[in-house]
Amino acid sequence: MMWWFIVSDALLFAGFLASYGFNRLASDVWPDRTQVFHMNFIVAMTFILISSSATMATAVAAASKRDRKVILRFLLLTLLGGICFLGMQAFEWTALIRQGARLDSNPWGAPAFSAFFFMITGFHGTHVLIGVIILAVVFNMARKEKCTAEGVELAGLYWHFVDLVWVFIFGSFYLL
Amino acid sequence: MILSQELHEHHEPAGFLRKYIFSTDHKVIGIQYLLTAMFMALVAAFLAILIRIQQAWPETAVVAPETYLSLVTMHGTLMVFFVISLALVSAFGNFLIPLQIGARDMAYPFLNMLSYWVIVPACLLMIASFFVEGGAAAAGWTAYPPLSALKEAVPGSGLGQTLWLLGMALFIASFTMGGLNFLTTILNLRTKGMSMMRLPLVVWTFLISTILGLLSFPALTAAAIMLLLDRHAGTSFFMPAGIVIGEKVLSHGGGTPLLFQHLFWFLGHPEVYVLVLPAVGIAFEVIAAFARRPPFGYRISVYALLVIAFLSMIVWGHHMFTSGMNPYVGEYFSTATVLITVPFAVLGLNLIASLWRGRLRLQTPMLFGLGIISAIGTGGLGGLYLGTAASDIYFHETYFVVGHFHFMIGTVTFFAIFAGIYYWFPKMFGRRMSERLGMIHFWLTIIPMFSAFILMHVQGIGGNLRRTYDPSSYAFNEPVRFMHVWITVLTFVLSAGQILFLVNFFWSLLFGRKAEDNPWEATTLEWSVSSPAPHGNWGAELPVVESGAYSYDPSSSDKDFLLQAPSWKTSQ
Amino acid sequence: MVAGFFVAIMILTVLLFLARPWIPPVASQHGNGIDFLINYLLLTSGVIFIAGHLILSAFVWKYSRRGAPPYRPLSSRTEWAWVLLPVLLMTAISEAGVLVLGLPIWEELYGKEPKDCITVEAVGKQFEWITRYPGKDGKFGKVRPDLVHDIENPLGLDKDDPAAKDDIVLRGPLHLPEGKLAQVQLRSHDVIHSYTVPQFRIKQDLLPGFTTSARFRPVRAGKYEVACAELCGLGHYRMRNEILVEPEKDFQAWLSQQKGWFE
Ligand code: HEA
Ligand code: HEA
Ligand code: CUA
Ligand SMILES: [Cu+2]
Repeated sequence: MMWWFIVSDALLFAGFLASYGFNRLASDVWPDRTQVFHMNFIVAMTFILISSSATMATAVAAASKRDRKVILRFLLLTLLGGICFLGMQAFEWTALIRQGARLDSNPWGAPAFSAFFFMITGFHGTHVLIGVIILAVVFNMARKEKCTAEGVELAGLYWHFVDLVWVFIFGSFYLL
Repeated sequence: MILSQELHEHHEPAGFLRKYIFSTDHKVIGIQYLLTAMFMALVAAFLAILIRIQQAWPETAVVAPETYLSLVTMHGTLMVFFVISLALVSAFGNFLIPLQIGARDMAYPFLNMLSYWVIVPACLLMIASFFVEGGAAAAGWTAYPPLSALKEAVPGSGLGQTLWLLGMALFIASFTMGGLNFLTTILNLRTKGMSMMRLPLVVWTFLISTILGLLSFPALTAAAIMLLLDRHAGTSFFMPAGIVIGEKVLSHGGGTPLLFQHLFWFLGHPEVYVLVLPAVGIAFEVIAAFARRPPFGYRISVYALLVIAFLSMIVWGHHMFTSGMNPYVGEYFSTATVLITVPFAVLGLNLIASLWRGRLRLQTPMLFGLGIISAIGTGGLGGLYLGTAASDIYFHETYFVVGHFHFMIGTVTFFAIFAGIYYWFPKMFGRRMSERLGMIHFWLTIIPMFSAFILMHVQGIGGNLRRTYDPSSYAFNEPVRFMHVWITVLTFVLSAGQILFLVNFFWSLLFGRKAEDNPWEATTLEWSVSSPAPHGNWGAELPVVESGAYSYDPSSSDKDFLLQAPSWKTSQ
Repeated sequence: MVAGFFVAIMILTVLLFLARPWIPPVASQHGNGIDFLINYLLLTSGVIFIAGHLILSAFVWKYSRRGAPPYRPLSSRTEWAWVLLPVLLMTAISEAGVLVLGLPIWEELYGKEPKDCITVEAVGKQFEWITRYPGKDGKFGKVRPDLVHDIENPLGLDKDDPAAKDDIVLRGPLHLPEGKLAQVQLRSHDVIHSYTVPQFRIKQDLLPGFTTSARFRPVRAGKYEVACAELCGLGHYRMRNEILVEPEKDFQAWLSQQKGWFE
């Protein structure tokens, strides 16, 4: 069931990203990404999120071996990664909003650009936030030894999914 | 994921509330869905009657133009999402899947209950929208922006449209929960011996429908979110620059309205197949049981269903031939669309050939089953005219389209619902429906329905445009305008017939003759248990399936059928 | 009885379709192609419709009677063999319609823009069609949304653009010369509309923010109704206009009498 939830959620993101692509192809002007974003900062964000996927994988592996100490340590690391990512995203958003980017306009032309940007990253950010909450709950349960290996695995599945989606978002907003 | 159903303890819930209202029993939930759909059908049919009166006698102006648009919009929305989806997919799916695959309940009973209790507020929101300022949504069930996005454009685009979007969001949430449940149940909870190729065809259609639904609904979710943002947050996903309404230039800019159409039809087209496939499945069930022989080409039908499902995901653009999208893309969509007629023709042939050398028993469910064959043929062949891009330029947005989809989404599905109710009523309520009233209901349904919708095709050839408040405002359709009166009269007859059905339904529910366990001498698993099916379905031991879904052998003289789990009953 | 019904409804439907050509008489060149395509579909799908219902009712009639030959299982080979019939038949019929008959029409409508044609513009707004001719210079002037005024400047023509000076803006019928290819450029001010002339077999949506176009060659002089085919609000049903097709000479005479909007 988790899989089907992930598939339909992924399709929702696919819908958004496809719409973004459609709109971008249809409009003749589009902001220059190097002008809008600080690429180094974004790459750092992405790096942190991807690393958190790795730490999560370690936690899942430890869960199957019932190694509580490792589970806790790596869950915590993942959690920190997620929070870090959220913080950086909040920072990026504020920076953009300070420069005058709004849902309906932005200083670089093509208002649809910032509408899509805020909608998609906002939607993804909400997913990360939910993931962080899930991780916190799992962490707490693992601390009290009430958590099953399956629970950790499901949380991991969700977390990898959220990361994967980010890769696509990263690709379509910051690279193309 | 491992699901072990033997671990579930099954206690019969005590108390009225737990037993009938907040029940997690799949059968109760199925019946709840059915009754809800019935109520919504009354609402939607009432809207249809108002539409018909306005079309036949426009000079009386029973409603104002903006109200007329709300009527059409809400009639379409309610019928598609809140009547047919609920009755055909949710109600029958919930009731039948566990019984037919030998499970005790759905995989996630609580989620199942939740999905029902999300649909109830959705229905209420839709109905409530009639009573808010500006009236209900009025941009058509397709809700194309900018019309649906700008409240300056049409009165219903105010609060009414917002409620419409929220109602749809709840519907999607509910349908997704239900779909996840169907899928897991069918894939994981089949009893011993129930291989995929022994599933009754109707379970196959539920499986394929829910997969289709789960794959296509996210597109509408995305579109709905974007439309809500456009309406309330000032974004312009669907709005280009330079829109002028009443000499005022709107501040939107940078979007494109075509995007919404793509997203909508990416859902909308598969959605109609989500509805028609279970109807075909019910037709197969009923025809097998009343022709006393296995359906022609079980395997072929399964493949045909899969091909239809696949093709239906890649043809959405056939609703947009004249929309101004790239004409080359249009040609592709046309070529792909008419390919769907091939697997559908295979299904049609299989249905007809399933009668060959049978021993037909022409009882009510079978009559409706036969009606489905004819309706699929008639409506589907109409689809050919629309799928061919060059002729669709003429037929687009005319009553030809209205006739086409009322045959498909209206007639085929409603006939399946009726066939299904007459057929499974004993298993649902433990009583029999009146056969004589059923026969009268059948004739009062098929005659006016077929005639009315065939007349709509002719009106479409005459050029009569749809969604027009007053068909007399154009001269070119004058030659076919008189048919509006006929259609309306036929609708009155049709509605009278449905009252008869409701009487039969509720009367039989209370006073009908007690039903045997297997009144139709059918073979699928649900007919092994007592009528009505007990809580937990299977007593102490699950049935073990020993044969395919349709073991009929008309050549033997005493007993021409074999239940799928013949040894189950004796072991109790 | 059901068998009888299927035959009856089949015969009634066929008679209804044959009773008269319900379609409004065609008046454009590519329209003949579309009508041919529709007749082709009526014929082929009609044959399937009739045959399907005859077989269906024959089966219902025969096998609901006692003493009909009993069922015998078919091998899956036989089943697949029978399936070949609808597969080949439907593929041939449907793709022939789309690719053999449909493509040339599509090419005529959407192919490369021809040189020798008269270009006019039809602008849709709730709930009226406004027509514009480019005037003597053959060029459409600039328009600006903020200049739109219902009475003084319905299209928002920009006075400062020299090409706009002689643009002819009309709220009445659209005039076209007979036999000459017409290209109608379509723009919308507000929501989506659809420009349709049933007798010309033309239907094309108007999208705000974009320009689309409809192309046809009227072959008969006369008066034709223009309708709006896309739901656009409460006045959708009365968003009509007319096209007057006249012999070339009359058309030129009429055109030379028209004044530019700013003249
Ligand atoms: C359940 C619903 C359903 C089904 C199954 C279908 C099936 C098909 N539809 Fe339909 N369609 C709708 C519901 C459905 N449609 C709706 C709701 C709309 C309008 C939406 C709106 O605009 O509001 C629509 C609109 C619509 C359009 C857009 C028209 C327009 O707006 O211009 C097109 C165009 O291609 C189309 C094509 C088809 C095709 C090719 C099929 C094919 O799948 C049909 C294939 C079937 C056959 C070819 C029959 C084969 C059978 C036999 C050969 C047996 C013969 C037996 C006897 C005669 C007894 N449909
Ligand atoms: C499932 C789909 C469905 C069904 C069943 C119907 C049924 C009917 N429809 Fe509907 N219709 C649509 C879907 C449907 N419609 C859609 C999608 C549109 C397009 C909307 C748009 O343009 O945006 C439309 C538009 C539409 C129009 C076009 C309006 C216009 O363009 O101006 C008309 C006009 O006559 C019409 C008439 C009717 C009539 C007379 C019926 C009759 O068949 C109704 C008879 C009543 C019943 C058959 C139900 C009563 C039955 C019971 C109460 C029994 C118990 C019920 C259960 C067991 C569940 N409909
Ligand atoms: Cu303009 Cu409808
Ligand atoms: Cu479709």
